[in-house]
Formats: sequence, C-alpha cells, structure tokens
Amino acid sequence: MKRSPLALVARAASLVALIALAGCGGKGGEEKIVIGEYGSITGTDATFGGSTRDGVAVAWDELAASGGKIGGLNVAAITPEDDEGKAEEAATAVQKIVNQDQAVAVIGEVASSRSLAAAPICQNAGVPMISPSSTNPKVTQAGDYIFRVCFLDDFQGWVMANFTANNLKLKKVAILWDVKSDYSKGLKDYFATAFKGMGGTIVGDQSYSSGDQDFRAQLTALKAKNPQAIFVPGYYTEAGLIARQARETGFKGPLLGGDGWESSKLIEIGGDAMNGCYYSNHWALDAPDSNLQHFVAEYKKKFNGSEPDAIAGLAYDATRILFAAMNKLATDDPKTFAGLSSKNAGTDLRKQATAKLRDEIAQTKDYPGATGKITIDPNRNASKPAVVIEIKDGKKMFNTTTYPQNTAS
Amino acid sequence: MSEFLQQLVNGITWGSVYALIALGYTMVYGILRLINFAHGDIYMLGAFFGYFLARWLAPMAMPSGPEAIVVLLVSMLGAGAVGFLIERLAYKPVRRSSRLAALITAIGVSLLLENGGILLFGPDPKFFPQIIPAHQFHLGAGVTISNQQVIVIVVSLVLMLGLRFIVLYTRVGKAMRAVSYSHTAAALMGISVDRIITFTFVLGSMLAAAAGVLVAVQNPKIDPLMGIMPGLKAFVAAVLGGIGNIPGAVLGGLVMGIAEVMVVGYLSPTWRDAIAFILLIAILLFRPAGILGRNTAEKV
Amino acid sequence: MKRLIATVALLAVLVVIQMILPRAVNPYVLQIIVLCGINIVLAVSLNLVNGFTGQFSIGHAGFMAIGGYASAMFSLHVGKGWVSALTAGGVPALVAQGAALLVALLLGGLLAAVAGYFVGLPSLRLRGDYLAIVTLGFGEIIRVLIINVDAVGAAQGLPGIPQWTNLFWIGLFVLAVILVSRNLAHSTHGRALFAIRDDEVAAEALGVNTTAYKVLAFVIGAFFAGVAGGLSAHFVSYLNPSSFTFLRSIEIVAMVVLGGLGSITGATLAAIVLTVLPEALRSALAYRMVIYSLMLIVLMITRPQGLLGTREFSWKAIRDRLSRRRATGPVA
Repeated sequence: MKRSPLALVARAASLVALIALAGCGGKGGEEKIVIGEYGSITGTDATFGGSTRDGVAVAWDELAASGGKIGGLNVAAITPEDDEGKAEEAATAVQKIVNQDQAVAVIGEVASSRSLAAAPICQNAGVPMISPSSTNPKVTQAGDYIFRVCFLDDFQGWVMANFTANNLKLKKVAILWDVKSDYSKGLKDYFATAFKGMGGTIVGDQSYSSGDQDFRAQLTALKAKNPQAIFVPGYYTEAGLIARQARETGFKGPLLGGDGWESSKLIEIGGDAMNGCYYSNHWALDAPDSNLQHFVAEYKKKFNGSEPDAIAGLAYDATRILFAAMNKLATDDPKTFAGLSSKNAGTDLRKQATAKLRDEIAQTKDYPGATGKITIDPNRNASKPAVVIEIKDGKKMFNTTTYPQNTAS
Repeated sequence: MSEFLQQLVNGITWGSVYALIALGYTMVYGILRLINFAHGDIYMLGAFFGYFLARWLAPMAMPSGPEAIVVLLVSMLGAGAVGFLIERLAYKPVRRSSRLAALITAIGVSLLLENGGILLFGPDPKFFPQIIPAHQFHLGAGVTISNQQVIVIVVSLVLMLGLRFIVLYTRVGKAMRAVSYSHTAAALMGISVDRIITFTFVLGSMLAAAAGVLVAVQNPKIDPLMGIMPGLKAFVAAVLGGIGNIPGAVLGGLVMGIAEVMVVGYLSPTWRDAIAFILLIAILLFRPAGILGRNTAEKV
Repeated sequence: MKRLIATVALLAVLVVIQMILPRAVNPYVLQIIVLCGINIVLAVSLNLVNGFTGQFSIGHAGFMAIGGYASAMFSLHVGKGWVSALTAGGVPALVAQGAALLVALLLGGLLAAVAGYFVGLPSLRLRGDYLAIVTLGFGEIIRVLIINVDAVGAAQGLPGIPQWTNLFWIGLFVLAVILVSRNLAHSTHGRALFAIRDDEVAAEALGVNTTAYKVLAFVIGAFFAGVAGGLSAHFVSYLNPSSFTFLRSIEIVAMVVLGGLGSITGATLAAIVLTVLPEALRSALAYRMVIYSLMLIVLMITRPQGLLGTREFSWKAIRDRLSRRRATGPVA
C-alpha cells in the first residue's frame, strides 16, 4: 500500500521526461515571435480545419514574401495543432500552443464548441485568441482576450428571417436543422424567433445528424405541411444532398441557408436543385471588392485554382488583423513589442506585451478584410454586414447586403 | 395516407442499403465470431472506387446503363481485393488470439481506413458523378419513387439472391456453412478453413462496396467518414435479424430502415440515431437470438 | 492503526504533489498528467468489467457522460452556491471547492452506477458480443438523449463549469480505483469474478451467483467511469455530447486490451501510453491518427495478450526474483 504514491511520482516523472523529449525545440534557438493555430485537421470536421489552415497559410505567405518580419522580429511559420474535432483535444492543443510553444496569440476554432473549450485557457494565460468563424454568442463571453472576426448567429438568423419575410415575402417556412451541430441549433433558434416576430409562422421542424445521407423521411414529413420555403441552417456537406432530395419529393420552393453553405462544393453536389435557393454569407465572391478579389487570386494561385470558402477567408482576415495589431504595436510601442519575442517567454515583459497586443486587436476599426470591413465592438465581436446570395443557373449571385441593426442607416 | 406510403418507400430503399451492408457483417460473424468494425469503411472505399472509376470513364461517353454496371462491378472487385488484403495482413495473424484482441485489430483497421481515406482523398465531401440521371415515377396516391431508388432495391435484391444461391447451392457455400458450424470439424472434412474465411471476407467486402456505390448513385455525396454510422447500424440490423443468418440480415436491414424513417416521420427526428439501439435492446431482451435466429441451448 | 497511518500518509503525499507539481511543470504537461489520471480511472474501472469478469462492455463513455453531466449540473446549480457560502463563512477556497467537488463527483458516480445496474441486468441473458452491442447501444442512446435536452445545452454543450479538479483529486481517485480493484481481486468476490471469466458454467455450478457478480462489476465500473466524467468536466470546464461518442469508449477498451486484460498495472500503464502517445505524435499532424491506428494493429498482432498479460506489478515479485538469483543453486 505504501508504494502507490511512489509509483505515481515515478510515473509523473517519466511522463515529464517523455514530453520534454517530444517537445524539444520549442524553446531556445533564434529570437522569433510564435503564433499558434488549432483546428480539426483530422476527424469528422476535418474540412473546416483544412480551410482555416489554408486561409491562414495565404496570410502567412504574404508576410513571408515581405520578409517574414514584424517590428524587426521573425514571425515563425504557423503550423496548426490538430484537435481531432474534439472539445477536450482542443483544450490540450491550446495548452501546448500557449505553454509549450509559447505562442503570443492563437487563431482558432471554427466550431463554437471547440472555441469554448479552448477560450478559458487563453484567457487564463493572457494570450489573445481570435476565432475566425465561431458564430455562437457565448464564445467571446469567455473573457476579454477572446475575439472573433465573423458575425454572430443571432444577427445572421435575423438577416435571413428579414430577407424571407420582407424580400421574398413568404409567410410559412419549415426548418430542417442539424441536431449534432451547435451552430445549426443556434442559427435555427435565432431565425425562428426573428421570423415569428415578423409575422411569419414555422410550419414544420425536423432535424438530421451531420453525416447523414438520406433526408427523404424528413423532407416527406415537411412537405406534408406545405411550407413556402425550407430553412436549412446546416453545412454545405449536407445542404446539397438535401436540395436534391427535396426536389425529388416535389418541393419547388426555395431552400434557405446560412454561412455554413458557403463552399464551391455546394453547387457541385446540389446541381440544378440549388437553383432558386438563398443563403446568408460573409462575402459574395462576385463582388468587385479589391481585398476580396486579391485574396481569391492569391488563394487560387497557392491551391491550384481551387476556390476558397468563407471559412478560409475569415481565417485569412483573422490572421491579417493579428498581424496588423502586431505591426501597430511595433510602431507605437517598440519596447513593449519586444516582449513578444520568444526569448522573453514567461517574463512579465511578455505579459505586458500580450496585454498590449490585446488592446491593439480590440481597437481594430474598419479593417479592410476579404470578408468586408471589420470593426471589433466592445464585446470583442466583429460588427460587419452580411450578404444574401442567390443561386441562379448554377452560379452564386450577390442579392442584398444587410447591415447590423444599430448601425444600419 | 400518401405520406405514410411515401415514407414506407423511403424506408424500404434505405433499409435495402442496410441489408446489403448487414449481409457482410453477418457472414463474417457467422464464420469467425468477429465483429468486423472495418466493414462500414469498406462500404466507403467501394463508393470511392466507384467515384474514381466513373470520373475516369466519363470522357468515354458510354451510355449510362453499361457504364453503371462497369462501375459497380469494378468497385466490387476493388473492395474485394482490399478485403482480401485486410484479412490476410491484419485478421489472420490474430485469429488464434483472444476475441477481444481481434476486435481491437478490427477497430484499428477501421481507424486506419478512415484516417487513411482522409489523407488520400481529402476530408471534404466529393460529388459522385451522376452515372444514372434521376427520374421520378408516380405510383399514384401522391407517392413517388425515383429510378435510382428502384435500382437500389432491385440490385440489392439480385445480390442477396445471388448470395443465397452461393451459400445454399454451391460447394464453396457448403464449405462456408461447414466452417461456420465448426472450424475443426470442417478442417477434418478436408476443407481449407483459411481459404473459406478469406473467400467470405472478399464476398462480404464486395457486397459492402455494392452498397457504397448504390448509395452514392442515389445520394451523390461521398466522404471518408461516410461509413461509420451506416456500418454501425447495419451491424445492429444483422443482430436484429439474428446474426449469422442471411435472410435475418435482410429482414433486420429492412426493419431498421423502415423504423428509422417512421420515427422521423411520426415521432421525433432527433431520435433517429437512437431508435436502432432501442429496438436492438428490446429485441435482445425478449429474443436474444434475433428475429430469425434460433435459440441455441447453452453449451455446458 | 497501520491502515490509518498509511491513508494519512497517502493523502499528505497527494497534497504535497498538488502543491509542488503545478509550479514545477508548465500547464500543458500538467494537463497531460491530469488526462493520464482520468484515463487511468476509466481504464482500470473498465478492466473490472472486461478484464476481471470477462464481460464485454464498449459503452464506458456513456457512463462517463452521465457522471460528467450530473456532476456539472450539480456544481452549476448547487455546488457553486455552497462554495460561495462556505468561503463567506471563512472556509479556505480550496477546501470549500474540494468539498463541493467531492459531493458532485459522488453524485455523478452514483447516477452512473445506477445506469450501470440497468445495463448490467441484460447480462443475465446476454453473452459476449451481444452484451457488447447492448452497451454500445446504451452509450449512443445516452448521447442522443443529451443532444435532445436543452437544459444541459444540447449540441451546444455546457460551458462555465467551475474548474475545481486538481492533481489532488485526480490522484485520490486514481488511488481509489486501483486500491478498490486490487482489494477486490484478492477477495472472495474477486475470485468469484475470475471464476465467471474463466468458466461461467463451472462458476455457477460451484454456487457463485453469477448474475449478482456480473452486475456488481458493472456497477463499480460505471461508478468510477462517472467519477472520471465528473473530474474531466471540472477540469476542462466544458462538456459537449460529441466528446462521448462510441470512439471514446473504444479508446478505453483499447487501453484495457493493450495493457493486458485483467491486469491493473497493465491498464494503468496503457492508459498513460495511449494518452502520451498521441501527444508525442503531434508533429506528425495529419499522419498522427494513421500512425496511431497502425500501431494498434501491429501491437495486437505481435502482442495479443497486451503489454503485461495478466501480470501485476509488485515489490514482492521483484524481491523474490532478486533473492532467487542470489541464492546458490536451484530450489528443489
């Protein structure tokens, strides 16, 4: 009985040794600034982690092309840590980024659940975290070091409800949402509340699980309720198939969606069935905006002509906003900025530097991003317009822009 | 009423897919007492083989019928080859170990195929070329069925009957039944147990691949993780029907498909993934051998 | 008396570890140590069912989910109030949090144990793989249930759970599960469990109440899985139903089998190896899971009995071996 604690200590010691071995190279060496990124590189959500990684990579390439330095210090290439699409893994990955790699800022995640698991760690360590595309309101409530560069689900739900009620002039809408996705659940609730407030009725409510292949049962049940449109607040991975099967059941009205629909795959999978559908998004790829077109061109150049999705665009913007904040800190306060260097890891100087960096990010105003003008509001959320995209003849066409209610003129 | 009939059609189509996958499970389990967790991933591989093949064939502009048949058959052969490799390289070496070790190996193979698939094919969903364009048939009373749904049902039926023929009326089928009864006795009768087991694996993998291609034709979106849930549920279907029993697997698959669709249509769709297991627990408690399984006396 | 001293000494050591280790290592390493601890509790408790009793459970994540959610709900709605009341009354924060955490964990564990009782019952009638599928189904049903309940956050998860888990509590429950297993193995009850594993019919013929013992194994196993869920919830401070999938259960089964079915030492070591290994493979990125699965297959082929078989670590065995080597000539 007496040996057990001894064994425990021995175990702990061997573990520490093992990890120290595995994690070599994190410290020492040349002076540089480390930025972390975490995402679902493997697992069921791997496509989102991949898009984020690619968007960040474009931003980093641009920095590298201009010398790879900010304020005279080298910025280390950002390699994403994998969280396998699991909340606890996200927490572990961010612990590694913050405490082992000594990152001064963290980019991630797409899924709000993983951002929520990682946020307390960044908050406690005093390291700013910028989520590119977690749209759940709770994420930035985790603390004053947590930011995001996308709009929120409540805004997006309102945009689509408003569009349905006032632009399409529809009164009866059914909802088909993804029960496994926190994003889908949130968006569905906000849409339903807003739409009912505008005098509409939700005639049917059905759900599926992401990864499903067959939605005919749900669609048959919904069609029996005679909706004028079906709101599908899920991801493009299912939306294309849902559209196909909806047409099979004889439903002719529009399908409506959110930013989860944004991908070149949507129309590829959905085909003609997508025509006449609408979704809210962060950008319209056909908009003549120079920042957007610049990013699209760079992305296509890097990835053999494939089209970026909005998740990649938001990741690009998140990274660029971080770089901009670092640049600003370097010019405004070079002494504090030096604290971001890897040689100052664990010092008070570093703490001050990351706190200052946080302030700089918080002051972001009208940043010209690929996904529109981004202003960080006092709640550390991005205040920016949403666009509604119409799918016509197999093409995504810009339809309307909606500004946040309080700033709308 | 028309809604109910429509749901029934939906249920039967989806159920015949489960049935096809369940057949592979039931055969392997019947012979090896191994839950082949990688079976659902073979279904995924079948769909991907079909995807690459269909894209490769596309410029040749074959008429859709023959092209579809070529795609189906070649994908089945490809998956059969993969089944052969898996059996020889991973399962055979652990056959004499504990059943739990074999199960962990099966799970390892499953994880390998899924993550290898993500690495090779990419994690994003792929659009499966429409080798058979969709048409709707109206059956009256507001019920519609697409030609693709008909194809799924008919091809499943043909394959199941083919399997039944192999198992009941051929020498190799007889040998399979002998091996499933007792490895030792079969070996004593001069049957090469190893070869029969390999044959069973290949056959099961081919059926799973057929299911993969059929589903992809009907729902043209495939991704490396598409096999997890159908695989799990098809196994439940096999247990439901009475594992090791071929008509049982078909019945179990249909029951599952219809039950799922009815839960979505008339109860709560969020329970779709759970109904399979609720049904299973209920059946196992009252009829542990499954619907068609025989209750065997306890071996003493 | 000796026992009391040993217990006090153990607790003192845990307190010392809790005071020193967080200062000595960085939080990332600390997190991995905690995750190792949680996985040890899970693996050793599953070993009770799969290893000792020879039953086949692949739904451990379900019990973990019950324990995690129950304890988190308790802490959020009751425990937090207790802590603020106690600290206002002058009780040190760590003690107050510890007390609230203990109640939450026990509550979570008990609820999981009740579930374990009901899952164990079908083992009256079901053998082997059938039971495995029932446990798998149970795990999935629990997950779907959680997704359907808005009060626990549904798919959005449950954030803001107080971060009360520390090394002391992890260590305490690691010791508890190991000691319970060890003492059980050396007791009459443990022998009954082994008898069921080795030959159920023979055990029954010898008068072992096989049903009661099988259910007992399930209940104890589920209790500790529930506690592990609670520890995890109060450590990550966030719960999400997607953390309790079938794959999580499989991870735990892999630990037990890798360590050697029936070996407490094996389950403990394997839990550590399978927690640290994916971390060590981080730099392999996308190849990580491929390497992990390949290693699993290769290990099962080369060492199907697990790393340790059914052997246990003990000082006595080592001493015996040493003294035997020292002794001149073989003992007849």
